[in-house]
Amino acid sequence: MTAPTLEVRDLQTHFFTRAGVVKAVDGVSFSVGRGKVMGLVGESGSGKSVTGFSIIGLVDPPGRIAGGSILFQGRDLAKLSEEEMRDLRGNRIAMIFQDPMMTLNPVLRIDTQMIETVQAHKKVSHEEARQRARDTLGMVGIPSPDERLKAYPHQFSGGMRQRVAIAIALLHEPQLIVADEPTTALDVTIQGQILAEVQKLCATTGTSMIWITHDLSVVAGLADDIAVMYAGRIVEKGAVGEVLDKPLHPYTHGLIGSVPSRNKRGEALRQIPGMTPSLLNLPQGCAFRARCPRASEACLAEPIMAEIVPGRDVRCIHPHLEAPEAA
Amino acid sequence: MTVYLVRRILQALLVVLAMSLIVFIGVYAIGDPVEILISPDADQIERERAVQALGLDLPLWQQYAVFLTKALQGDLGRSFVYNEPALKLILQRMPATMELAFGATILALIIGLPLGLYAGLRPDGRFSRMIMAGSILGFSLPTFWVGLMLIMVFAVYLGWLPSTGRGETGTLLGMQWSFLTWDGLRHMAMPAINLSLFKISLVIRLTRAGVRETMLMDYVKFARAKGLSPARVTFVHVFKNILIPVVTVVGLELGSTIAFSVVTESVFAWPGMGKLIIDSINVLDRPVIVAYLMLIVLMFIAINLIVDLTYSMLDPRVRLESKGT
Repeated sequence: MTAPTLEVRDLQTHFFTRAGVVKAVDGVSFSVGRGKVMGLVGESGSGKSVTGFSIIGLVDPPGRIAGGSILFQGRDLAKLSEEEMRDLRGNRIAMIFQDPMMTLNPVLRIDTQMIETVQAHKKVSHEEARQRARDTLGMVGIPSPDERLKAYPHQFSGGMRQRVAIAIALLHEPQLIVADEPTTALDVTIQGQILAEVQKLCATTGTSMIWITHDLSVVAGLADDIAVMYAGRIVEKGAVGEVLDKPLHPYTHGLIGSVPSRNKRGEALRQIPGMTPSLLNLPQGCAFRARCPRASEACLAEPIMAEIVPGRDVRCIHPHLEAPEAA
Repeated sequence: MTVYLVRRILQALLVVLAMSLIVFIGVYAIGDPVEILISPDADQIERERAVQALGLDLPLWQQYAVFLTKALQGDLGRSFVYNEPALKLILQRMPATMELAFGATILALIIGLPLGLYAGLRPDGRFSRMIMAGSILGFSLPTFWVGLMLIMVFAVYLGWLPSTGRGETGTLLGMQWSFLTWDGLRHMAMPAINLSLFKISLVIRLTRAGVRETMLMDYVKFARAKGLSPARVTFVHVFKNILIPVVTVVGLELGSTIAFSVVTESVFAWPGMGKLIIDSINVLDRPVIVAYLMLIVLMFIAINLIVDLTYSMLDPRVRLESKGT
């Protein structure tokens, strides 16, 4: 087995606020192989975006990486200087953001924003950079890229803007793309197109991808592996088909149950009661204890991540090991 | 774009017309200049002759009609006091006020933008806190007092700078300008600084607020995620966005600086329009007041138009809309 493109080990990203230390990411470990798509799933505030920003080195103060390592092609990103990190960003590791309406600078033309990215990492002439920008725009399915290069962001629709953002991420053929809910703000048909495009690109260029989302249906079709995060920790991970078909952790179970299309018509929609706990004030033991239907006294002790079934890591004392209920 | 311009100019004409009416009636209501202009010993016949010569015996609407007809021919009346065309009188004083106002604005931008940028990028630094404290002083200290203090320190105690007048002037485009000679610049220094103090504070605060707001935007984070240098992120991605509010406010401020430089001009005996208007109001020199106000209105309209055009140059979103209509 070849070394994975990215290996995150016991990553801890904490925010040192006046109210106390917020452990947004607390001991997260996973790895992404070459050309693989890893789905990072969780509710808002579960720490999945912060994990993404930690990898690309853009955690804003008062947050910082407090521990652990992020091995990218053998180099520990957590130990690189800002200058070395900047050299990797947009070059070997790229990021796509959630809201395409906000990621492009409204007062700069598309060509400016693309050419500056090319020239930030490669000593090429303006003309060559422009050529590269045009080709990449064409690759992500933007018609008449030559004209579109001269346009401003507001002249594009949301889906088109996200394509431009993806094109910018692809300019240097990165080995890793961190995609932070890139299709959440788009409507379903556009979402489908973008997903198909991304899937094709990963397959042809061997780019690995971390796909951060709260939408299980997106992950189901796109990802190879999945990691479910809850309150700054990964509670379950494994191959995507396995996890979605036979969720072991009660939280994953609840998440899947909450997808409306899985309910019978007329039946009350299923939900997970309560809300995510404040990261400032986590309950003792398992963080999901208060919302968990299977919780017991034993859950007051912190569960550890363990390989319960081969290839399946779960952080739970009472996993769903029995036969799955008929859904 | 042309359609837009033509429409704006038509609107401007309407505003000027409305303004002329308001100004004319307003000045008419203030008082009768005859009492001030004609000596109390004059007999009835002399009085009536003077009133007739000035056209003050006609009813208001006729006076207005006469004023408007003449104004359209570029004649805004003759000053009662100087017996010279009011417009000429004002235009003679205009360069002095203009160079003062522009000097102050340039100072505000040169000093305010970098300080505001610094304070915005390092909001918790000690120097940033000093800048912000200073800007509060700039906002709240009264102009006339600061002017007097400047004179005390730099003219009286240190004797570095002259305290009154324009000094030696040079000629450009048939007008007298102080900024063309070293002596003139020395004379200009204190009044310009005095006038710019408030604007420097304004620019600092605007820039700082803009920077802090823009730095949180996703597109700045995205620009960093692209691996751009911090300098490029700051001076291209952030700076171009904060210029939009700064240009708007500074542009509009320029108008009010010209219009209300009265205080500074009085303190430093700077022979500009502001001083002229104060003197004219004191003796109810009607044509000069009216002409001055009309000129200021025109100037405001022109500045607003220029600001809008600059705005559309900076902000592509505005550009598209104005093109479409």
